[in-house]
Amino acid sequence: MDRTDITIARDNDGKNIIQFILKELKPKGKWLTPFNIISLPVMLAGLVIIVVRFWKGLGSVTNLTQEVPWGLWIGFDVVTGVAFAGGAYVLTFMVYILNMKKYNSIVRVTVLNGFLAYVFYAGALLLDLGRPWNVINPIIGNSFGVSSVLFLVAWHFLLYMIAQLIEFSPAVAEWLGARRARKILSGMTVAAVIFGITLSTLHQSGLGALYLMAKEKIHPLWYSEFIPIQFFVSSIFAGLSMVIFEGSITHKVFSDQIPEKHHSEHDSIIIGLSKICSVAMFAYFFLQIVTFVHGKRWAYINSPMGYWYLTEIIGFVIFPMVLFYYSYTRNKVLVARIAAIVTMLGIIINRLNVTVIGFKWDEAVRYVPSAMEFIVTLTVIFAEIWIFRWIITRMPVLRESPSWAKDQH
Amino acid sequence: MSTGRRSFLKALGLTGLTLAAGKEKVYGSEAKSDTEFYGVLYDSTRCVGCQTCEVSCAEANGQTPPEDTPEAGKVRKTTDKYRTVINAVQTENGEVYVKTQCMHCNEPACAAACLTQAMHKTHEGAVIWRGNKCMGCRYCMVSCPFDMPKFEYHSYNPKIEKCTMCNDRTQKGEKPACVANCPADALMYGSRRELIKEARKRIIENPGVYVDHIYGEHEAGGTGWLYLSAVPFEKLGMKTNIQSKSYPELTKGFLYSVPTIFILWPAILLGIREGTKDNNKNDQENGQD
Repeated sequence: MDRTDITIARDNDGKNIIQFILKELKPKGKWLTPFNIISLPVMLAGLVIIVVRFWKGLGSVTNLTQEVPWGLWIGFDVVTGVAFAGGAYVLTFMVYILNMKKYNSIVRVTVLNGFLAYVFYAGALLLDLGRPWNVINPIIGNSFGVSSVLFLVAWHFLLYMIAQLIEFSPAVAEWLGARRARKILSGMTVAAVIFGITLSTLHQSGLGALYLMAKEKIHPLWYSEFIPIQFFVSSIFAGLSMVIFEGSITHKVFSDQIPEKHHSEHDSIIIGLSKICSVAMFAYFFLQIVTFVHGKRWAYINSPMGYWYLTEIIGFVIFPMVLFYYSYTRNKVLVARIAAIVTMLGIIINRLNVTVIGFKWDEAVRYVPSAMEFIVTLTVIFAEIWIFRWIITRMPVLRESPSWAKDQH
Repeated sequence: MSTGRRSFLKALGLTGLTLAAGKEKVYGSEAKSDTEFYGVLYDSTRCVGCQTCEVSCAEANGQTPPEDTPEAGKVRKTTDKYRTVINAVQTENGEVYVKTQCMHCNEPACAAACLTQAMHKTHEGAVIWRGNKCMGCRYCMVSCPFDMPKFEYHSYNPKIEKCTMCNDRTQKGEKPACVANCPADALMYGSRRELIKEARKRIIENPGVYVDHIYGEHEAGGTGWLYLSAVPFEKLGMKTNIQSKSYPELTKGFLYSVPTIFILWPAILLGIREGTKDNNKNDQENGQD
């Protein structure tokens, strides 16, 4: 296990916590990695754009219009990002509710990923708010818009972030060597998991329900009263595909962190997840058919938007579903990884079809995101990966918990 | 655990509330839809396209007067600078005019969408925007079927702009600025019930003049502004694909499911967890951890 270039992090063992944190705050490892060279300039540019955005208004950096007030930052960062973060609730459901111990070794990293996704996508939401200083109004005070789906989503984001922090907190306690705190925090895990799954069910579907009132604005091939349930079901395989994708990368990049035993388990975990994906995708496909027939959508098929719809359903639902099926019946991990990437592309396409591409599709002047919107989006993603890497290389997320933590059960 | 219990109690309370409120709405809606909401009747056959309403609107709300004029074939839109605009449309009856502004729905989508109650339907019927509550999320704009709330994209302190039916004037007993200054008597301010009665009377007393439809009587569940026209409304460029149910109705089903899930899910999840504990035991017997 003695790899050379990066020394594996050590947890605090009886030292002063403040001294320990100060030491841990320092950067570790090499600086001139390809990822750093690409991400740093983008993030710098993104920061400049964000400053301009708060100084000159949203219109100075985005292409948003009076008819299309929600663009890439909501449609991709928030709506798509949260779907990808769905892996956390699905995995905690499998491990803590269904007691599928096989997946135990990837729970922490998935919950961390989910938590960071929410923190950064909620952060992206703040960039999109015209009057962000009033963001506190739906949380405290006397301005509760309880009839609003967005009110529900906002509260759920907040509560779910807290639930995920509780789920992840034992790792922080182990890192700091806080034994008593770990005992208390890990005792709260199951409650947080149950609360978190309930919240996820509601706000994954809630993100779809946001668009229910935009009935005439969304192309009829994508609008239906079933959007909430479609968003919920697709978040299951969106999240798990993200887990497969992210796991495949972290197992390469941080391979020295991972105990030998977990390395060998990982393939069987991926095969297990691809089985769940293919079943969930079948349910989703079935839902799409029901919606299609119910909404009498034949009329719209023979048009550019119709072909685009068929591309989405055939190329990015049926095709990856078959790939997943193939991968678990033939035990092919590589196929599962390809299927996960195709599925993720499909989720991006689907969410953007509802929120951007199919939104006001008949408007004379279409909204197309500006380059600056893309740069800010990339900034958010890169910033998240930076923090993710910082935590992975310090806390016991991929590597094993300290021995005292194992005795605590 | 305390979070779980508290949310459970909260959910329980919410269910009660929703059930109660839901009932009230169902019983109340019939009587309510035509009560004393105030609105404006716009008669496009009387409108001469003089833009006095635009000018007086700008004056009353401290905005810039219009710089262009209605022209057939050109579509002018309300923006964050102009709360109302007049458009000219060429029809077989010659050039006709149509005014655009917020419709002040009986059950406004924007107010239901607003998570801070910044968009607010007053008891008198005006839909107003309250800046001290608004966080600028623009969900009102996404939800409004008429695309009426407009956002100041080029301000660091942006406001949502739209017609407020001159709420501050009507509170003092005055008429909205556009109504008070219309030289052609095309605008009439009054309670919705009176306006619908008046509109019907005009349709009946002038056979052949009007299209037999009061736009806004049923559109979007009924709106505060009501339109009369001599030509079909789609020719005026008005949205005719608006549903007759109110828009908040579309999210009601979802919102009602929330307390149900909040009660059922934790119970079911706990049950499953208890039920699958045996798996764990078997695994341990098989020597896994």
